[in-house]
Amino acid sequence: MTIGTSLATVAYLGATILFILCLGGLSNQETSRRGNAYGIVGMAIAVLATVFGTQVTPAGWPWIGGAMAVGAVIGLYAARIVQMTQMPELVALMHSLVGLAAVLVGYANFVDPAVAATMTPAEKGIHEIEMYVGVLIGAITFSGSLIAFGKLSGKIGGKPMLLPGRHWINLAGLVIVIVFGWRFVAVHDAGAATTAMIVMTIVALLFGIHMVMAIGGADMPVVVSMLNSYSGWAAAATGFMLSNDLLIVVGALVGSSGAILSYIMCTAMNRRFLAVIAGGFGTDSSAAAKGGTAAAPAGEVHPITAPETAELLKEAKDVIIVPGYGMAVAQAQHTVYEITKALREGGTKVRFAIHPVAGRMPGHMNVLLAEAKVPYDIVFEMDEINPDFPAADVAMVIGANDIVNPAAQDDPTSPIAGMPVLEVWKAKHSIVMKRSMASGYAGVDNPLFYKDNNRMLFGDAKKMLDEVLAALKA
Amino acid sequence: MSLLIAVPREVYPGEKRVATVPDVVEKLLKHGFRVAVEAGAGEGSQIDDAAYRAAGAEVVADRAALWSRADIVFKVRAPDDEEIGLLREGAMLVSFVWPAQNPALMQRLAARKATVLAMDSVPRISRAQKLDALSSMANIGGYRAVIEAAHAFGRFFTGSITAAGKVPPAKVFVIGAGVAGLAAIGAASGLGAIVRANDTRPEVADQIRSLGGEFVPVDYVEEGSGSGGYAKVMSEGFLKAQAAVFAREAKDADIIITTALIPGKPAPRLISADMVASMKQGSVIVDMAAEQGGNCELTVPGQVVVRHGVTIIGYTDLPSRLAKQASTLYATNLLRLVDDLVKTKSIDGATIAIDMNDEVLRGTTVIDKGVVTWPPPPPKLSVAPPAAAKPAAPAPAAAKPKGHGEASGPMSPAKALVFFGAGAILFILAGRYAPPSFLAHFTVFVLACFVGYMVVWNVKPALHTPLMSVTNAVSSIIAIGALVQVAPDLAHVAPGVARPDVLIRWLSVAAIALATINMFGGFAVTRRMLGMFRK
Repeated sequence: MTIGTSLATVAYLGATILFILCLGGLSNQETSRRGNAYGIVGMAIAVLATVFGTQVTPAGWPWIGGAMAVGAVIGLYAARIVQMTQMPELVALMHSLVGLAAVLVGYANFVDPAVAATMTPAEKGIHEIEMYVGVLIGAITFSGSLIAFGKLSGKIGGKPMLLPGRHWINLAGLVIVIVFGWRFVAVHDAGAATTAMIVMTIVALLFGIHMVMAIGGADMPVVVSMLNSYSGWAAAATGFMLSNDLLIVVGALVGSSGAILSYIMCTAMNRRFLAVIAGGFGTDSSAAAKGGTAAAPAGEVHPITAPETAELLKEAKDVIIVPGYGMAVAQAQHTVYEITKALREGGTKVRFAIHPVAGRMPGHMNVLLAEAKVPYDIVFEMDEINPDFPAADVAMVIGANDIVNPAAQDDPTSPIAGMPVLEVWKAKHSIVMKRSMASGYAGVDNPLFYKDNNRMLFGDAKKMLDEVLAALKA
Repeated sequence: MSLLIAVPREVYPGEKRVATVPDVVEKLLKHGFRVAVEAGAGEGSQIDDAAYRAAGAEVVADRAALWSRADIVFKVRAPDDEEIGLLREGAMLVSFVWPAQNPALMQRLAARKATVLAMDSVPRISRAQKLDALSSMANIGGYRAVIEAAHAFGRFFTGSITAAGKVPPAKVFVIGAGVAGLAAIGAASGLGAIVRANDTRPEVADQIRSLGGEFVPVDYVEEGSGSGGYAKVMSEGFLKAQAAVFAREAKDADIIITTALIPGKPAPRLISADMVASMKQGSVIVDMAAEQGGNCELTVPGQVVVRHGVTIIGYTDLPSRLAKQASTLYATNLLRLVDDLVKTKSIDGATIAIDMNDEVLRGTTVIDKGVVTWPPPPPKLSVAPPAAAKPAAPAPAAAKPKGHGEASGPMSPAKALVFFGAGAILFILAGRYAPPSFLAHFTVFVLACFVGYMVVWNVKPALHTPLMSVTNAVSSIIAIGALVQVAPDLAHVAPGVARPDVLIRWLSVAAIALATINMFGGFAVTRRMLGMFRK
């Protein structure tokens, strides 16, 4: 059974609309589940219309069925076992799969002489450029995502690796890619074209590795969303190559979505968007480390114990909790929720303040809190809750540092100057839970720790929160 | 041995307050002090010795022994001669002292080599508010003044219409809207009276209104704010205009509460005998400035007198008349002072040293180990900035991060020109050289980018992670690219072309498998995540 070309086209159109609705549905929590369902239906329609369309003969069905069965089992298994704290790694790994798939599709297209058989010379030139670009982006996405996965899962150190003259290395890579691209289009000898293709792929893979290696752990939200964007562009380029509008549209949707997310993340960290897109950032971090040590704020930190923290929380009427990556690392989100519940039962107003770049990927904290069953209507964004800090009795910072650093506002020479931060120091008391006095990823000392109304609760976030909870219930 | 805080019984006649309460004792013990309370010290405040004992304090009957053992003495009233004699040499005394009015007392305390912290000399800066005992006492005094007035006044405060006839509301006029005045305004309007108030400092008008009072201005331009949040002495012309206002208000008011004080000076005479005479029979005046001579000409400090049919209350111990509340607040003020002392590490185990660089402690300390350190350098900040000084230009507003869903600001014209110029050139080039089939796809691509931009910009930050995982799942649409290459219908598309079928098939199958992992994994994990978001 096959369906006609027109029907396939209409099916693609339907799938496209469903994908748009899918992204649109994610605009708020109520419609998000429906959005995901739209996406699933759209994907099913697109795949079925293709498989049963004119472009696939029944001879291919067993192969397709086999491949999809294997993929589905692995995919569903991975989705089931992944911990919510591991989401960033999983997403990065999945981006790499899309990148690799794009590379493979590009190569398959490249070695297929049937594709270009009926093309005019101009069309052929364009097609070759599309193929070349598709593989290029796919390869960068693949290797870059793998490195991002390594960094996020701790298999590779989070410190930025800065090769000397790395901008020149990147530039040289770009020149090589362009030269070989020109040769690839110009020559008609299959051997030379293959060489160009392989050289480009290797350069692209190395570039992807180099780009992500140069990025520090704190910038990971930008990188993950940027790779998300790249994987979309890879799909779009593949769509051009295959003259497939569905691929182009979906690729463009994903690409622009990732780009917007990267942009939002950049704004939240006060970094320039272009510098990130080019992969050439991370220099800021190293400068930050130097600047930070020079201007260490003087003063005294006031440590506090878990029972005293519980006492403060008990007396407070209005508590704002600021979670950071430390909460994710310590897996403390469930204890945080228990504390929230205990406080709310006692009539205390508890809210959560989420900085856009808290955690290792956009929205990371929201997902963790959601996992711990924290109702989302007490979870607020930075802009919503910043004006409320002066009225709060206690602001509790759990494993966050740079996103609550007053230096970003007060000290124009600070490396993070101008970065929007959560103004916890305006609360009557702030409590910062940290393992030690070490500075955050930006390498900047935090004057908040030395403020009179700030107390430091040192120790593992999970352990300390468990003690606080015990003291609260006692 | 940890330091001993001693709390003797107040000896001043009629003084019912005590310098600490059981709740505070507990907290002092937590700081590492020992606390001893003289037997019966809390009697006037309805706190018995057992309550102190239960809180962990030692209750000492022998007065002299208590004083001689004390490292730190907490008192309310300044010590009298006998008490100074009991004070151990080198010990610390914390109480009201009024160094300006009591030079002789200062001399004697200095001779004992004492360290004296005067709770009346706490600088009036924001940071010191928590230990500002004057404010907490004034607050109580203001409340008590209204209660005393209500007691002496023969009518309801609230106006009402009853079966037995109409009751007009009481009219209360408050002079001076400092802490005491504001407390009086709040208490009186709480009781239902019509409250009007005057102050020489125009900036308090809003505070008066916020408590339910009406601000009565004096039509004469002169700035009345002195340093440290107090009023200052006003000019002749102003005083005349002010007197006219008061004369008018006195005729109308049922109750006048006066709280006007100028630091270091006798209280200003604001209500003349004539004004009292002009008031209605049965009216009440509470003169809270009685101790400094009184704002009313006819006030007798410490007594209630009736002149021209008007009850004039000149009590000087209003806070003490609400002893339990006053003791509690005063004890807490002292605790805050101790917090500050402990925080700056000026108390360690057995010795006391006061950090003289701390503005609050510096101002409060009037004698340091026998050396008179009063008066302190003038406070740096006034509560209200002088009107002459323009408010500091607002710091250039930090670039506000763009909210999501919020329209981004318009581009600058130059930027827009470059942007559109580059776009136009790109489009012209594409139109000139690209084949039509490419242009069709290109159109779709550009439109899709815009749609993506519009749609994604509305996504809530909380949903960014699900958005990424769903877009990731959606990007596995790349599987389509592989699907069409597994087994294309070659006979129609390109008949007779030799094609490395096996290689292509394996490449495609691998790509399909990878993309499918993503497809199923991505949607499943998004579903899992979204399932967790709950209200």
